[in-house]
Amino acid sequence: MKSFENIDVKSVREAVSLLQKFHQQKKSAAVVGGGSEYLQLMKDHVVEPDYLINLKSIPGLDYIKEERGGFRIGALAKLVEIEEHPAVREKLLILSSAAGEAASPQIRNAGTIAGNLCQRPFCWYFRSSNFTCLRKGGQVCYTVTGDGRFHAILGAGPSYIVHPSDTAPALVALGAQIKIAGPTGEKMIPLEKFFVLPSVDYKRENILNPAEIVTEIFVPTPKAGSKGFYHKVRERLAWDHAIVAVATIVESSGSVVRAARVVMGGVAPIPWRAAKAEEFLRGKRIDEATAKQAGEIALEGAKPLKDNVYKVKMAQDLIQRGLLASA
Amino acid sequence: MEDEKKGTRLSRRSFLKGIGGGAIGTAVISTGLVKSDSAEGYSPETSGAGGNRATITLKVNGKAYRVEVEHRSTLAEVLRDELGLTGTKIGCDRGECGACTVIINGHNMYACSQLAVWMQGKDILTVEGLAKGDKLDPLQEAFIEHDGPQCGFCTSGQIMSGKALLMKNPKPDEAQARRGLSGNLCRCGNYNREVAAVLAAAAKSS
Repeated sequence: MKSFENIDVKSVREAVSLLQKFHQQKKSAAVVGGGSEYLQLMKDHVVEPDYLINLKSIPGLDYIKEERGGFRIGALAKLVEIEEHPAVREKLLILSSAAGEAASPQIRNAGTIAGNLCQRPFCWYFRSSNFTCLRKGGQVCYTVTGDGRFHAILGAGPSYIVHPSDTAPALVALGAQIKIAGPTGEKMIPLEKFFVLPSVDYKRENILNPAEIVTEIFVPTPKAGSKGFYHKVRERLAWDHAIVAVATIVESSGSVVRAARVVMGGVAPIPWRAAKAEEFLRGKRIDEATAKQAGEIALEGAKPLKDNVYKVKMAQDLIQRGLLASA
Repeated sequence: MEDEKKGTRLSRRSFLKGIGGGAIGTAVISTGLVKSDSAEGYSPETSGAGGNRATITLKVNGKAYRVEVEHRSTLAEVLRDELGLTGTKIGCDRGECGACTVIINGHNMYACSQLAVWMQGKDILTVEGLAKGDKLDPLQEAFIEHDGPQCGFCTSGQIMSGKALLMKNPKPDEAQARRGLSGNLCRCGNYNREVAAVLAAAAKSS
């Protein structure tokens, strides 16, 4: 790692004003929560900040509070705390499951919810110091001619990363919002608007500006009669990223779907909401045939690379399974 | 460590140091050079970041250590290179393999993925802190009885993850034990025996 100065901040305001100051001085600075992901990028010289702003020293930013209508989760709440929180498990089961499926016990003990949403891609070309890929200022996304077996099939180009987060698809399915603090104050936006497609800007994965940080996630409690599903397919049974993950929430009255959310992880550069499939499901009864058709609709327009054609069928099947489990 | 200092037991490390052949002599000298370089302070890389060293207090295995570190030093590096606690291994150094697993405030974490400067005021437990004098921790005994270690490189990390699991859940079932060890890779593929050792230690401490 290149040498840097670690600064333990005591408040969100202090973090934001330091970020703003360093940005104005054209010095490179980064914020870090759990550190499990960002330190690896620093070791591989993918990022080399002069200043590392440690948010873990901010007291009280790791809360999980149940309020009327939903849960407020502080940016520093750890994945293990979200997984094991009794009320989260009872009312936001897919979030608890997704947090528990993420990474490994050691990382869930250190990693924070904000860090899980803001982590950089785990594309092997991006992470390797041997490749100056498109996302690192180069000319080429190497997945196109190289090995793209784990890469994007939807919403990609010119970069083919997949968003690596487990909690992001679950939170988007739950209709979560994200609170961002910056020099002009705080704003709350729908989480699905937080992520940025490479066609918009292939050097970033989210909308955060240099002096902004994530401070809170708000998750509305699903309406009564809702059922959810989170499932992740990976090469190993544990400690691996999703090849395909699916989060579904289906709100039914009787056996008829009133509203459905279908969100995929591991297939696109952002958590991928299958809006057409959701629309198709409204007013229907979920059976094998409808669930299968919803999966096919969700994958319409998929453009796999030469190495990841398998992901299309895998995602269709997983959506079918998710919908049948949520019906 | 205590035994090593008193010379009552020959550890693998003191044995290697003791045999001191030409190759080992060279290694020691080059380590010395690297260290003196770092003391000069990486001038081409500091980029104007002035305060990149700190004197911190680390509480490891119940003992307080005062140590000067670079901000970029990981806990794993400081445990091994500054405190001589080489039971914590560095494998991938990327938060993947688990060889560096230690227990911080009761939770197992990768010591390669924590900066030492973040560790002030935390209780750190390493594999050296498990035995009570000459009496091994029941989990260490179970690892011996069940042939937990093959090459041995991942063993201390496996034990620390097993220990963290047993501290949280003294009676795990097999699935829970597997999940508890899932962040530790074993290139010998000895997972079944490592899981058996954790279950045996749990059964013993009834």
